[in-house]
Amino acid sequence: MGQSITVTVNGEKKTAEVEPRLLLVHFLREKLRLTGTHIGCDTTHCGACTVLVDGTPVKSCTMLAVQADGQQVTTVEALAASGTLHPIQAAFKQEHGLQCGFCTPGMMLTSVALLQEKPDPTDDEIRWALSGNICRCTGYMNIVKAVKSAAAQMKASAAVPEAATASARS
Amino acid sequence: MLPAPFEYHAPHTTEETLELLDQLGDEGKVLAGGQSLIPLLKLRFASPAHLVDINKITDLDFLEERDGTLRIGPLFRHKSAERSSLLASRYHVMADAAPQIADPIIRNRGTIAGSVVHADPSGDWGTVLLALDADLVLRSKSGSRTVKARDFFSGPFSTTIEPTEILSEIRIPAAKPQSGGAYLKLERKVGDFATVAVAVHLQMDDGKVRSAGIGLTAVGPQNLKAERAEAALKGARLDDATIKEAAALAAEAAEPKEDHRGSVEYKRNVVRVFTERGLKRAYERARGGG
Amino acid sequence: MAVETPLKGNIGESIKRKEDDRFIRGRGNYLDDIVLPGMLHMAIHRSPFAHARIKSINTDAAQAVPGVVAVVTGALLAQHKLAWMPTLSGDTQAVLATDKVRFQGQEVACVIATDPYVARDAAMLVEVDYEVLPAVVTPQQALQPDAPLIRDEKEGQTSNHIYHWEAGDKAKTDEAFAKADRVVKLDTFYPRCHPSPLETCGIVADVNSATGHATLYMTSQAPHAHRTLFAIVAGLPEQNIRIISPDIGGGFGNKVPIYPGYVVATAASLLIGKPVKWVEDRSENLISTGFARDFHMSGEMALRNDGRILGLRVKLLSDNGAFYADAQPTKFKAGLFHIVTGSYDVAAAHVEADGAYTNKAPGGVAYRCSFRVTEASYLIERLVESAALEMNLDPADIRLKNFIQPEQFPYMSATGFEYDSGNYPKAMQLALDKLGYKELRKEQAEKRKKGELMGIGVASFTEVVGAGPGKHYDIAGLRMFDSAELRVHPTGKAILKLGVKSQGQGHETTFAQIVTEELGIPAADIEVQEGDTDNTPYGLGTYASRSTPVGGAATAMVSRKLRDKAKKIAAHLLEASEADIEFDHGKFFVRGSPSKSKTIQDVAFAAYTNLPDGMEAGLEGVTYYDPPNMTYPFGTYLVVVDIDRGTGQVKVRRMVAVDDCGVRINPMVVEGQLHGGLTEGFGIAFMQLITFDEEGNCLGSNFTDYLLPTSWETPKFEMGETVTPSPHHPIGAKGVGESATVGSPAAFVNAVIDAVGHLGIRNIDMPVTSDKVWAALSEKGAAE
Ligand SMILES: Cc1cc2nc3c(=O)[nH]c(=O)nc-3n(C[C@H](O)[C@H](O)[C@H](O)COP(=O)(O)OP(=O)(O)OC[C@H]3O[C@@H](n4cnc5c(N)ncnc54)[C@H](O)[C@@H]3O)c2cc1C
Ligand code: FES
Ligand code: FES
Repeated sequence: MGQSITVTVNGEKKTAEVEPRLLLVHFLREKLRLTGTHIGCDTTHCGACTVLVDGTPVKSCTMLAVQADGQQVTTVEALAASGTLHPIQAAFKQEHGLQCGFCTPGMMLTSVALLQEKPDPTDDEIRWALSGNICRCTGYMNIVKAVKSAAAQMKASAAVPEAATASARS
Repeated sequence: MLPAPFEYHAPHTTEETLELLDQLGDEGKVLAGGQSLIPLLKLRFASPAHLVDINKITDLDFLEERDGTLRIGPLFRHKSAERSSLLASRYHVMADAAPQIADPIIRNRGTIAGSVVHADPSGDWGTVLLALDADLVLRSKSGSRTVKARDFFSGPFSTTIEPTEILSEIRIPAAKPQSGGAYLKLERKVGDFATVAVAVHLQMDDGKVRSAGIGLTAVGPQNLKAERAEAALKGARLDDATIKEAAALAAEAAEPKEDHRGSVEYKRNVVRVFTERGLKRAYERARGGG
Repeated sequence: MAVETPLKGNIGESIKRKEDDRFIRGRGNYLDDIVLPGMLHMAIHRSPFAHARIKSINTDAAQAVPGVVAVVTGALLAQHKLAWMPTLSGDTQAVLATDKVRFQGQEVACVIATDPYVARDAAMLVEVDYEVLPAVVTPQQALQPDAPLIRDEKEGQTSNHIYHWEAGDKAKTDEAFAKADRVVKLDTFYPRCHPSPLETCGIVADVNSATGHATLYMTSQAPHAHRTLFAIVAGLPEQNIRIISPDIGGGFGNKVPIYPGYVVATAASLLIGKPVKWVEDRSENLISTGFARDFHMSGEMALRNDGRILGLRVKLLSDNGAFYADAQPTKFKAGLFHIVTGSYDVAAAHVEADGAYTNKAPGGVAYRCSFRVTEASYLIERLVESAALEMNLDPADIRLKNFIQPEQFPYMSATGFEYDSGNYPKAMQLALDKLGYKELRKEQAEKRKKGELMGIGVASFTEVVGAGPGKHYDIAGLRMFDSAELRVHPTGKAILKLGVKSQGQGHETTFAQIVTEELGIPAADIEVQEGDTDNTPYGLGTYASRSTPVGGAATAMVSRKLRDKAKKIAAHLLEASEADIEFDHGKFFVRGSPSKSKTIQDVAFAAYTNLPDGMEAGLEGVTYYDPPNMTYPFGTYLVVVDIDRGTGQVKVRRMVAVDDCGVRINPMVVEGQLHGGLTEGFGIAFMQLITFDEEGNCLGSNFTDYLLPTSWETPKFEMGETVTPSPHHPIGAKGVGESATVGSPAAFVNAVIDAVGHLGIRNIDMPVTSDKVWAALSEKGAAE
């Protein structure tokens, strides 16, 4: 019953034999041991499992691993792959955008995609974009702040790339 | 929860898909955005033996206006509808509905066609298509047929589509000048299905209603078309009395059931209130405002 | 190398959290991330019925699925005397049902398999033959004389009544009512809800059959207490049990109890000899694990014509589900519900409480609250709102008139709580000013003329947290102290080990800051460890906002203990007498000559290298802190709402929250805690509901029905603070994790009632959904 798939996960090609019913989230967590992607519900509501598929946020509990064959999947583990924090990561820490951290990977990935589409979002646009990701701890206030601050940071770094990378590191 | 086992197919063309569906018959199930089907598989409310994933077919994601018709392909996703400037400028009821479907991440994958075939009485797109008087093109290996949206739905989660068919195109009469629409949805939070929603589409003609479409969500065994309300509007001037009358007729057309979202009386009232508000908003837009 | 010196981490500094570094990289280590060699997976077969007799269980089909290693039933557990376990309220609870199922979702059989998908496939194949019995779904039904007996297995149990409990002075209260000009009444129901942390509960049980050692990775808010309870339940020697509570994805009380799944997985690991993992799915979490609230309350308030409260009479009927499993101190049958006089100087009060079994999941956890103070706070704040409406008084004025005044502290309440400190009028005034209360009242009056509905809700809560003085507070007999062990290494870096356990509260940062304040070691140099019972001192855990009041106090005290020793060493190094040594933020110096000093790091090094004669080496210590009293955080919350008369939809326009939690160790973390609590309060007020149909089917069994607020609905909060230190806490802190969940639901509901009170509407029970609001309006002829 196994089916062979090749998925580019965080830039690396991964080939595996999987059962068609295997959910993408389990493929990432169990087969690839990328445990930064979490599971918080059974009904596609919480967004803890959010990853980027070809750059677009997707709930990986509601996609089959076989469907990702030939696609690019980005998980939280890729954000600081080079050793430097992504501005969104730095901002979540800086603005206290996380508490237990369980929703955080999904929140950050959705935010990254938002900032790609809208580099300078308003508070309401951020709240709207994140409304498929539930957080039980933060009350969202500081998450919104974090996304705004990452946006500012990314704008600055687009202007002066090097200075910004350095400060994201600090 | 985890799905039961099944076999998976990912054809690259529509023809291949239709061939497969023909072979599989009752055993096969089309997988589009998966945002309804995969949750059902996980809860084991559905356990088809074969899934036929259409996402690898490259020419199904389209929205285009051609020959007086707006055409929507099977892989046109909610998110594209939400971002479409064509819909925002001329198909208000669709533009209003799109961002109110599920949540932003689900909208990234879910499709309008999938939603229509899924035929959830609380789903939004069917209602919108009823208001717009859409046609659905159903294609199988042996050919294709076109059915009116109002003839498509046959009950909760049930339609007249055959297991060997796919919904290959949604066709909507192209919007003309002096048309306007609105979609009003009462939901308890983002990601919730409607408690009640109302779709309104108006085609005005020098101050009079040339045609009106009104669809109702979550107040019957399927998405409903409030045909008496539509008829009452036809040819009328949209004054307060007309609006009130149409809204009352729409409320009458609703067949809600009492549940934890509210009583029959409550839901009917929301239909009335939303029809009134929707007609006003649609009228405003038809006149070039809002 | 030049390093930019960031904040050192003294108390009051918003340093960034240390734990974040792993979470933002996806490198947290949550329970489901743990994989052990040879690990098996467990899935639970649960009852579809609320009440049914089990006639037979057939596991053949499940057993036959390839990959299934074992199927565990109650009968098998009974052979090991494990079919039942004690609860935290002195009752018993079925681990796996043997005789009857008593709630929908109850654990009936467990499948252990090599793969989680296979375990789930097989669990669905367990066949149970049931004889369905009538279900009891409300406590009122439960107490009818002819109600089906739920706990027929309990000897001597002849009804569904669990307990009767009273507090306060009945005679004195009757007297107060006799003297009253007015009596205001309110019957209200605080419905069942569920904490629903984003991570569900789970265990990886690893019992080594050769050594008998059990390592249990558990989502536990109280690992030490759980170890002891496990020793008692499973009959394992306590020294052989090691509980490790890894990173926890939120708890809010949900991870305080011991659940049947933990016990079965442990037993299975013992029997099979391999590690067994069980992780709940969301629906299992919602239908079977610790719910909260479910209190039917009636309050009567005796008042003078001028609005002064003279007395309070409260009756409570509590729905405890099928097993009385509230996590609460033994002495108190309804938790701390008797703190129901709230922020007011009420001379006489009497509380009567009764509990009943129903065919619903057990639990009664303190969902982001200190043992039922939430329900108490809700009742009193709603009652005061009713009184204001009845007597035509401004809701802020009536509160100001009745507040316990700043000079009355310490204040002994009519039901026996000694409030430590407070300044209620000040917090309220700040909130009113921030909101612009007067102008909004004007706006409201104008809107009302136009038929528009707008409301301003007020709630001034007092919390009681930090359980607690060991004399009165215990969990299953274990006194509610807490502990801290501090080891300062020769290089001046330190490890702090705690008996509490963070679930997101930021302990790794804030507890380090207490040490920084007391010893001057930068927070960055202090590693905080929690959750591993082999490596931390015994403590009762984190819930009921007790970490800062108790664990934080222990941390301050152990730091002071080390400071005392350090002073002696410093005297030795500075060749001065100990009496002349002063300490200031990490420096010891001889009084009058601050230039001649030794740092804490110098002293730490000396503690291992250059000691005064006769002194024991090292700079380490442990403290078990038994607080002399609870702490009493407080605040005023104000909410502005607009209501759509056509749909009944309530839109929260603004929310101002002024909190006083004493000294704030890390203001950023405190504010984050408050944001989270306010959001949960908002959710409880408007959407989070676990309810049941007449047959006992749970109607909140997944996130489609159990609604949690998203970023879109959640109001934007405007925060304010006052600081009234706790006089008895070593650093004056009071604990803040729960204030906002305790105080805010009443503020939201009061805002709605304030908008519609003039129409004669006095109450809408939570969750305040649009259909209920519309129905209330419609009844008064005021709906569109
Ligand atoms: C949490 C949540 C909230 C939601 N809220 C809403 C909401 O508010 N309003 C709303 O309308 N929807 C809502 N949805 C459903 C969502 O819109 C789905 O995307 C949609 O119903 C199905 O589209 P899909 O492309 O995902 O279809 P799939 O899940 O892939 O398929 C659904 C059904 O349609 C069939 N199918 C799909 N495409 C075709 C085709 N072209 N031809 C033939 N058969 C086909 C499938 O076989 C299946 O039976 C929600 C879903 C979730 C999980
Ligand atoms: S796990 Fe909740 S949406 Fe995927
Ligand atoms: S930080 Fe805990 S769920 Fe978001």
